Amino acid sequence: MGMSLQTFSTASEAQAALGASGVRYMGGGTLVVRAVNEGDLSFSTIVRTTDPALSAIETSDAGVRVGASVTMGMVLAHPGLSYLAPAARAVGGPAVRNMATVGGNLFAPAPYGDFTVALLALDAKVSVSGSGEMALEAFLQERDSLGASALVTSVTFAAPATDSFRFLKVSRVHPKGAAVLTIAADIREEAGSVVQARIALGCMADRAIRTHAAEAALVGRPRTKEGIAPALTAALEGIDPPTDAIASAWYRREVLPVHLGRLLLG
Amino acid sequence: MAKVPVQFTLNGSERAEFVESGSTLLAALRDKMGDTSPKGGCLQGTCGACTVMVDGELRLSCLTLAETCNDAQIRTTAGLANGEVLHPLQRAFEDAFAAQCGFCTPGMIMAAAALLERNPNPDRADVVEAISGNVCRCTGYEPIIQAVLLAARANSTSAA
Repeated sequence: MGMSLQTFSTASEAQAALGASGVRYMGGGTLVVRAVNEGDLSFSTIVRTTDPALSAIETSDAGVRVGASVTMGMVLAHPGLSYLAPAARAVGGPAVRNMATVGGNLFAPAPYGDFTVALLALDAKVSVSGSGEMALEAFLQERDSLGASALVTSVTFAAPATDSFRFLKVSRVHPKGAAVLTIAADIREEAGSVVQARIALGCMADRAIRTHAAEAALVGRPRTKEGIAPALTAALEGIDPPTDAIASAWYRREVLPVHLGRLLLG
Repeated sequence: MAKVPVQFTLNGSERAEFVESGSTLLAALRDKMGDTSPKGGCLQGTCGACTVMVDGELRLSCLTLAETCNDAQIRTTAGLANGEVLHPLQRAFEDAFAAQCGFCTPGMIMAAAALLERNPNPDRADVVEAISGNVCRCTGYEPIIQAVLLAARANSTSAA
């Protein structure tokens, strides 16, 4: 079966084209063209847009908006997004980072999707053409049922407080390799105790998840070895890590508390 | 299959071909334009053997659709040498024994070229990061790292 590419100058035109059958939207190509190379026959038309609005990064006191076509390289180059640099740098090598987009990362299955883990800890919202804005956590649960014509146009979030945001990717191959697990956390403290915690996990399900149990167990306690112990236990609640070529589910479950503890105490 | 025209500058030369819609830049370069320096390795974005530069940015040609490169400036390892005179990176790879089977070498050299164009005096960590998307199963990487550092020193010496 032949493949064809359709390029549109606006996101709305691209979205309209997604309504046809056998169509897949392409951001940077690292997922879609890979699928083509692997013989995926579930689509025969690739749609993309060159809409400049989707490649824009806006930072202000009101928040941050990152277009879906913004690449990891563009995130790394933006001085106002330095807290996201570790997450962007975790995505592939330099060539992949020049191609892989923020929007595409939202659809990357485990063990990929490291950047989405960071966005989840920032409580990001996703703008979807035709469906409006939705919380990233809800988007990740519903993304497979949004309909073929749904097109992600941007993500928005509030910049974290200074030094409150932490990110860790654990992989077997250094400096680059697919994730054993990925953790992002936005921890705010007052008077020696955690007052707000958002912790997101990658490779603990088939997509990025929040660990609300660990977050609740952390609030009100000091960020000490004893203080975080309940959160490390709670982080294991509800997780269903995959077994793949990188690690077994058992291994991921065993090392999650170790790495989460290091991230929280570091 | 529908054929579509693609036109871009390849290593300084204007090139135009009809390719199958949805085909990759790697296929266009190798099968249509005769530039076999980028290699088809994993075709998954993992090995980096197909690395080229598109408008000055590193890209994986196996995951780049040829039609998205219209009017672009494409550079491959085949265009680095100046006639019989090797590019400093090519010379350094030879001198430092940084190529064994050679399959990864064109991608490695493009990744290194992108680094040296951005940062003419990299340290070891910069080199490791720059080639982190390129897999070599022969050398253990150390000769490659040393070759890139050697080329950087050669460049700085010749510029002095």
